[in-house]
Amino acid sequence: MSEPTFTLDGREIPFAAGQSVMQAALAAGVFVPHLCYHPEFRPHGSCKLCTMKINGRHATSCTTPAAAGLEVESDTPEIQDKRRTLLQMLLVEGNHFCPSCEKSGECKLQALGYELGVLTPHFNLLYPDRPVDASHPDVLLDFNRCILCELCVRASAEVDKKSVFALAGRGIRKHLIVNAESGKLGDTDFALTDKAAQVCPVGVILPKKCGFCVPIGQRRFDAAPISQHVDEFKPVAIPGERA
Amino acid sequence: MNQHDAIQAVLARHGNDGTRLMQILRETQEALGWLAPETLTAIARGVNWPRAKVEGTASFYSFFHTRPLGLYRVLWSDNITDRMLGSVELMQAMCQKLWLEPGRVSEDGLVSVDATSCTGMCDQGPAVLVNYRAVTRMTPERVDRMVELIRSRTPLADWPQDWFRVEDNVRRSDILLGNDMVPGDALRACLARGTESTLNEVKAAQLRGRGGAGFTTGLKWEACRNAPGKTRYVVCNADEGEPGTFKDRVLLTRQPDLVFEGMTVAAYAIGASKGYVYLRGEYRYLLESLNSALARRREAGLLGKNILGRSGANGGFDFDIEVHLGAGAYVCGEESALIESLEGKRGVPRNRPPYPVTHGFLDQPTVVNNVETFAAAALIALRGGDWYKSFGTPRSAGTKLLSVSGDCERPGIYEYPFGVTVQQVLEECGAGVGTGDTQAVQISGPSGITLGPDEFGRRIAFEDIPTAGAFMIFDLRRDIFDVVRNFIHFFAHESCGFCTPCRVGTTLLKNLVDKIAGGHGTRSDLNEIHNINRVLQAAAHCGLGHTAGNPLAHTLEKFRPAYERRLKSLEFEPAFDLDAALSQARQMTGRDDAGAHLANELETPR
Amino acid sequence: MNAPLPRRKLRVATTSLAGCFGCHMSFLDIDERLLDLLELVEFDRSPLTDIKHCGTRGPCDIGIIEGGVCNAENVHVLQEFRRNCKILVALGACAVNGGLPAQRNHLDLRDILATVYQTEAGLAQGTQIPNDPELPLPLNQVHPIHEVVKVDYFLPGCPPPADAIWKFLTDLIAGRTPQLGHGLIHYD
Ligand SMILES: Cc1cc2nc3c(=O)[nH]c(=O)nc-3n(C[C@H](O)[C@H](O)[C@H](O)COP(=O)(O)O)c2cc1C
Ligand code: SF4
Ligand code: SF4
Ligand code: SF4
Ligand code: FES
Repeated sequence: MSEPTFTLDGREIPFAAGQSVMQAALAAGVFVPHLCYHPEFRPHGSCKLCTMKINGRHATSCTTPAAAGLEVESDTPEIQDKRRTLLQMLLVEGNHFCPSCEKSGECKLQALGYELGVLTPHFNLLYPDRPVDASHPDVLLDFNRCILCELCVRASAEVDKKSVFALAGRGIRKHLIVNAESGKLGDTDFALTDKAAQVCPVGVILPKKCGFCVPIGQRRFDAAPISQHVDEFKPVAIPGERA
Repeated sequence: MNQHDAIQAVLARHGNDGTRLMQILRETQEALGWLAPETLTAIARGVNWPRAKVEGTASFYSFFHTRPLGLYRVLWSDNITDRMLGSVELMQAMCQKLWLEPGRVSEDGLVSVDATSCTGMCDQGPAVLVNYRAVTRMTPERVDRMVELIRSRTPLADWPQDWFRVEDNVRRSDILLGNDMVPGDALRACLARGTESTLNEVKAAQLRGRGGAGFTTGLKWEACRNAPGKTRYVVCNADEGEPGTFKDRVLLTRQPDLVFEGMTVAAYAIGASKGYVYLRGEYRYLLESLNSALARRREAGLLGKNILGRSGANGGFDFDIEVHLGAGAYVCGEESALIESLEGKRGVPRNRPPYPVTHGFLDQPTVVNNVETFAAAALIALRGGDWYKSFGTPRSAGTKLLSVSGDCERPGIYEYPFGVTVQQVLEECGAGVGTGDTQAVQISGPSGITLGPDEFGRRIAFEDIPTAGAFMIFDLRRDIFDVVRNFIHFFAHESCGFCTPCRVGTTLLKNLVDKIAGGHGTRSDLNEIHNINRVLQAAAHCGLGHTAGNPLAHTLEKFRPAYERRLKSLEFEPAFDLDAALSQARQMTGRDDAGAHLANELETPR
Repeated sequence: MNAPLPRRKLRVATTSLAGCFGCHMSFLDIDERLLDLLELVEFDRSPLTDIKHCGTRGPCDIGIIEGGVCNAENVHVLQEFRRNCKILVALGACAVNGGLPAQRNHLDLRDILATVYQTEAGLAQGTQIPNDPELPLPLNQVHPIHEVVKVDYFLPGCPPPADAIWKFLTDLIAGRTPQLGHGLIHYD
C-alpha cells in the first residue's frame, strides 16, 4: 500500500501516522521556518513562524496533524511576508544586539532573519528593561534576548525533571522566571549539563567562561543558511511519547 | 491567626490540591492582603508544585498581586461606557484627593487606585471594585465620601450598603427571563424522558451557543457523551469578560436555579457527575448567593447523590456543582484557557485539536457552555425542542439576551426573539432621545462589529449579526476614535502573551493608536495598522488575537474621518515626540535655549 | 535584464550620526572598486568631502546614514538628509536598530548624567553636567533612524561587509532592488 500524501506548494509529501504537517515536510527535506519547535519535544504552537495556509486557512503546521489530500501552501510571498513581520515583532520585543551576543551565528532567530531577508526591525523598538542573571557559577541568563518559546521550560520539566524555568506575567509583560524565591538561577539546582541548557534557540542561556570559543564567521549558520540544515530538524521519537 | 496558619488553613480546605490553585491563591490573598514571595513558596510546598509554576499562575491574573497594593484597593472599570459616564475624571479626582498616582500605593500603604478592564456594570456605571467588591453609580459625592472612609480606615462592612447594590435593570423579558419554572421540573421531565431523548430535544431545538461562537449545543453534548473517558465534566462559562456584556450577571442573580438546572440537564445527557461554574472575579459578590442556591438545591434533592431519588445500578444520577472564581483575565473566557485556569494554571488557550469535548478538564471529556446556553437548555428540557424552535428565526432558534449600554435612556437587559432589528432595540431603549442621533452601535463587544446608521436595519441572528450580547450605543457627541482606542488598550492589556502576533502585535497597535491620538499619526500609520491586523488574523492562536484588530478594521472602513482629522498631512512623522525626548537633558542641564528644543515637524526646506 | 546606466553621475551624501565610523571604514574597504564607483557617483556632503551641508549643490540621489539618533544635532542632520536625498539608506546596526549606543536605553538619562558628571569617583573638583548651548543635548533614548524619518533601504551589519555595501550600491545605482543573500546579510 502506498503511503498517504498531501501537497505542499505543489509537491507530494508522504507522511506517517501521527506526524504533523511540519514534521512530514521536514522529513521530506522541505525546510519550514520555526522557533518554538524542537524535534525532541511536543509541538508548542506559540511562535507562529511555521504558519501555513492549509486547505485555504492559516494554521500552524507544527500543530496540524498531516492528513491525506491536504492542500498546503508555505513558500508564497504572502506567507513569507507574514513570517518576516513575526520576526520583526520578536526583534523589537527584546533587545537584540547581535554584535555582542555569544549566540550570533548559531541563533535561529537571526538565521531566519537572514533566510527571509529581514533587513530592519521595521517597527519601533520597545527596548524593554530586562536585567541579566549572572548568579549561577556556570551559566549566564540574558533575558534581553528571550523570545518566550518555552523550550527551556519544557526541557527542564519533561527531561531534567527539575522545572527550573517557568513563565510569569501576561501579554507583553510576560517573562521567564526561575524556580527560586530569590528569583536567581544560582539558587536553583540548574546544571550546565541539563537538557534545558542546550535547547535555547537564541542567546539567553549561555555557558560562562566561553567568550567567542568558536570565532564569528565559522559558526553553524555562517557556513550554510538555516534552510540547508533541514536534516537537523527532522522528527525523532519524543521521549515519553507513545509511537 | 498568623500567616503560616492562615495559609495552612486554606491549603487544608482545598486538600492541598494544586488544580485548585486559583481558589487557594484568592482565599490566601483575602486573608493576608497580598501574595508575598514567602507565601508563594509556602503554597508551592503545600500543593507540591514547583514554586515557579505557582508564581507563573499568580502573576498571570490581574486580581492576584505579588506586591502589596494597600489595605484598600480601588479599581475603576475602564470600559468606554464608564468613560462616557465620567470615570476618567472621577478617578483623577480620587487620586488627587488621596495624593496618589494611578497604580501606586500610598506611602503609608493604605490605598492604591488603578483602572481595570470592564467590570460588567455598564448599565450602572461608572463602576469601581473596592477590594474586589463591586460599587456602582459613582458620583463626585461618592468619591469624596469614599476617600473619607478610606482615610478613616472604615471597614467595608460599615460602608453605605446602598453603594454595593447592583441593579438587574431587566427592561424586556421573554421566554427566558419571564419563565416561572419550579426548580426541578425540567429535571423531572428529563428523567422521565431518558438521556437519549433529552439529547434529542436539545438537538431538535437547534440551540446554538450563546457565548459567541454559536456552536450547536446538541452536537457538542453528543460528542462529549461519545468521547471515551474515565469521567465527564460540565463547565458553565460565567467569565463574561467581553466589555459591554452583563447579561450572565443578571441571569445568575435572578435565575440561578435555571442555570444550575441546565447544567444538571447537561450532566444527565452526557453522563457527568461534576460541574463547575467559572465565575469571573469581578462577580465575587455573587459567590455567597450562588453557594446558597446550590445548598438549597442539594437539600431539595436536585443536586448531590441520587438526584430526585434516582438510585440503583442503572438509574442512579449523581451530580454536584461548584463555583470557581477567576481573577481578572478576559482570555479565560476562551474555553480551553478557562479549563487551564480551572486546573490552577495560567489561562493560556490550548492547542486544538484535541477539543475540550474529548480532552477537557483534567484531560477528560468536558462540555463548556455559556450561562445563557444552560438556561435555555433547561427551558428546552422542560418544554421540548419544538416549542423552543418556534421562537426566533428559522436559522436562529429562541431568544437572546442583550446587554444594552451607552447613550440611551434605559440601559439594561433586553430579551428578544432572534431576528430583532438593531433599529427596534435602539427605539425601545430610548437611544438618541434628547442627546442627538445614534452614530454607531458596537455589537458583541470590542471583538464584535461596529455598525453605522445605514446598517441599523440589520438583524440580531446567527445568519446576520451574531452576538454574545453586548450592545453599546454611541451618539453623535462621541468620538469614535476614542471608542476604538479604548478597545485596543483593552486587547493589549488582556493578551495572554502566548503567541508572537498577539503578544507583540496588540502592543504595536496600541502604540500606533496612541501616536494618532497624540496628533502625530500619518497615512503610513494607517497602513501599518492594516498590516499588523492581517498578521493577527492569519497567525494568532485564539479568538482574542484574531479579533483584536476588528475595531480598527471596522471603523477605518466606516468612520475613516474619525482618523483622518487627527492625521498630520505629512507622509511620515517620528515615532516619538522629538522635543519631549530632550526633557531629561534639559532638566539636568538647566538649559532652555533654542538649541535645547526640537521642532516636531520637518523644517521647511531652505 | 539590466536597467540602463544613468546618464549623469548620481550624487551621494553620507554621514555618521551616533556611530563609530566603522561603517564608513567598511565602505572604504571596497578598495579599488571605489574607483569604479566614482565613475558612477559623485559625493556630496560626506566625511570624504568638505561639503558642510547636503543639498547646497543641488538635490542628492542617495543619502547614506551611519549611526543612530542620540542627540539633537543628529536629528537636525538626519532631517537635512531626508529633505535633500531622494533615497535614504540606513547603513549598519546602529542606524538600523540603535546598536551599541542604544544599550543605554534601559537606563534613565538623568541617572547616567548624574553618575558620569556628579557622583562617579575621581571626578575633578567642580565637574558639572555640561550646559554650553553650543553642545547638542542628548535624547532620553537612542533611536534607530527609521523612528525619526522615513527610510527607504536598510543594510544591517556591525559593520556591513564591504562586499555587501558594494553589492547593495551597485544594485541600487543600476536601478535594481538590492538583493543580498546568504553571507551578505549580517546582524553582527
Ligand atoms: C477571548 C475569548 C473570550 C471569550 N469569552 C467568553 C465568555 O466570557 N463567556 C462565554 O460564554 N464564552 C466566551 N468565549 C467563547 C468560549 O470559548 C466558548 O466558545 C463558549 O463558552 C462556548 O459556549 P457556548 O457554545 O454555549 O457559547 C470566549 C472566546 C474567546 C476567544
Ligand atoms: S539572540 Fe540572536 S538575534 Fe538576539 S542578539 Fe543574539 S544573535 Fe542576535
Ligand atoms: S530562554 Fe531561550 S529557550 Fe527559554 S523561553 Fe527564552 S528563548 Fe525560549
Ligand atoms: S491570540 Fe493573544 S490571547 Fe490568544 S493565545 Fe495568542 S497571545 Fe494569547
Ligand atoms: S514552530 Fe510552529 S508555532 Fe512555533
